[in-house]
Amino acid sequence: MSTCLRFCTSASCSSRGSETLRQRCEAVAKAADADLIVKGVGCHGPCSDGPLFSVSHHGSDQERLFALESVTGDDFAADLGVAIAGGTLQQWCPKGCRELDPSEPFLALQRRIVLERCGRVDPENLKEAEAAGAYQPLQTVLATADRQQLIDLVRRSGLRGRGGAGYPTGLKWAAVAAMEGEQKCVVCNADEGDPGAFMDRTLLEGDPHGVLEGMAIAAYAVGAQRGYIYIRAEYPLAIQRLRRAIDEAREHQWLGHAIAGSSFSFDLELRVGAGAYVCGEETALIHSIEGHRGVPRPRPPYPSEQGVFGRPTLINNVETFANIPVLLRLGLERYGIGTKVFSLTGHVKRSGVIEVPIGTPLRTIVETMAGGPSGSAPIKAVQTGGPSGGCIPAAHLDTPVDYDSLQALGTIMGSGGMVVMDQTTNMVDVAAFFMAFSRDESCGKCIPCRTGTVQLELLLRKLLSGAGGPADLEQLERLCGVVKDASLCGLGQSAPKPVLSTLRHFRDDYLSLLEGA
Amino acid sequence: MAQGFEQLEPVLEQHGYRADALLEVLAAAQRLYGYLSAPLLRHLADALHLPLSRVQGTASFYHLFRFQPPARHQCLVCTGTACHVQGAPALLAELRQNLPRVDLEIGEVRCIGTCSGAPLVVVDGEVWNQQQASGLRLALEERLP
Repeated sequence: MSTCLRFCTSASCSSRGSETLRQRCEAVAKAADADLIVKGVGCHGPCSDGPLFSVSHHGSDQERLFALESVTGDDFAADLGVAIAGGTLQQWCPKGCRELDPSEPFLALQRRIVLERCGRVDPENLKEAEAAGAYQPLQTVLATADRQQLIDLVRRSGLRGRGGAGYPTGLKWAAVAAMEGEQKCVVCNADEGDPGAFMDRTLLEGDPHGVLEGMAIAAYAVGAQRGYIYIRAEYPLAIQRLRRAIDEAREHQWLGHAIAGSSFSFDLELRVGAGAYVCGEETALIHSIEGHRGVPRPRPPYPSEQGVFGRPTLINNVETFANIPVLLRLGLERYGIGTKVFSLTGHVKRSGVIEVPIGTPLRTIVETMAGGPSGSAPIKAVQTGGPSGGCIPAAHLDTPVDYDSLQALGTIMGSGGMVVMDQTTNMVDVAAFFMAFSRDESCGKCIPCRTGTVQLELLLRKLLSGAGGPADLEQLERLCGVVKDASLCGLGQSAPKPVLSTLRHFRDDYLSLLEGA
Repeated sequence: MAQGFEQLEPVLEQHGYRADALLEVLAAAQRLYGYLSAPLLRHLADALHLPLSRVQGTASFYHLFRFQPPARHQCLVCTGTACHVQGAPALLAELRQNLPRVDLEIGEVRCIGTCSGAPLVVVDGEVWNQQQASGLRLALEERLP
């Protein structure tokens, strides 16, 4: 009976030495000629416990997850050697490791449907992904050949864009499908620029084929032949795995000419960004793909009419595409309301990646799953949506996490980054941090954003230095309104949000900084 | 072909000398030569049949392109939200004040998305998790004698 060791070799666990450990174990298994498979897989979830690895046995559903904590490579390899020699791999509990109980809320309360293969299959091996169901939905779609039915299904599922704005995916698809012309494009926005967000990195590093399949299905639905994945350069491992996945998919005819023996052809190119947050905005992203400065332009025309090289273009986020094969495989009823992947970080006991049903209360995520604050100070706020979002105060922790509830609180669901902040955090400093980010990332095309973000940051710094008065606070609020209303693109329009949201929920933090307060 | 940039030829060829591949070509050029020198940018403009202003203007828009040779070593402090609220500003201040060296570039990097290691730094491409100001300075001094 063979045993399988799965090491998370995603960026987080790799930075804690998991890849080295995996190689050591592989060498031990080989030397002992053991019936043992050692694999590198995607993220298991609780990154703060990393490096993580799991042990499973052929013919058994049970998979035990271990946190390696501070085990050294030598001890671990020796321990594995002993277990192999003694024939005790079945009961093996490596010294110095902590086994994670599968009933722990962090693991038990998840619904991993989009991340199902992540942490299970080797992302650099197409065969494994196929054995776990990859590309079957695409094959079914091509065999049924009903584009309208496919778009209707996406529309009826209620799937909304997972990248931030939450636009209904089915409507976007229908708009591109309705455009005339033979030359259309599909673009995957993998420019995950919000600081503290790493859902897309996790997906691309753990199950790149799920994203490629979603893109191919979308291309079929809207009638596109060309695709681009625009990914940020800060994710070297995701880029490497994507390149490999694209090559493998092409070799096995899941991409390219006459996919899976059908008459449908679709091929894609990877475009790597060069450090510009604004390129996550769709019109800027289009310019960047075309090899220009990543500067946004007014809409309309929307990308669905005039996108990459002037062609009708469908732009969806990584996680949105990854949802498509899942939706097709499960069907409307079992897919239900759907899930959202979140990256959970900041002042919490356990950080990492979780996938939960949409509508899960924030308290369940932050207190039950992540175990509450990491230090002695209680939680003050949860920041969602990055520089375009806002802070949810602790008093509103019972809010269900869905698009509309978060909007009502003055923030956005965003792409899924959640940074938990405890009482030691000064919210004016947080607002200044995000304003500095937006100021630095403003492309400079429109004046409200270019100069507004500079002035807003100066006002915030003045307040932080203790030199600000009530008039500065008033000016801050007024200027927020101007930048929000008058900016050209989403970056500028939402740049004031972190200020407005902290002013709304944490006004005392501002008032206590006023001169003479 | 301009002298000295022969290694770039396969990259240009792979992209068919197309202007829309400018970003890819710039990234490859920087990987090969360390930075985008003025002669290199001119060479690219010629090869892609683009005005030099277009090549220069595009390259200077993006944060990751550099126009000066890199220092021998690099320590980039992550400036993501999780790192910020857990002490990144203190790391940056400590290094900038107390570790001035010509062979070490101290800079910032946008969130690399492994926030459970916050606050973190990237030293010559290697990620160092959960850093503290004085400990980081000592570790760097030890690492880069």
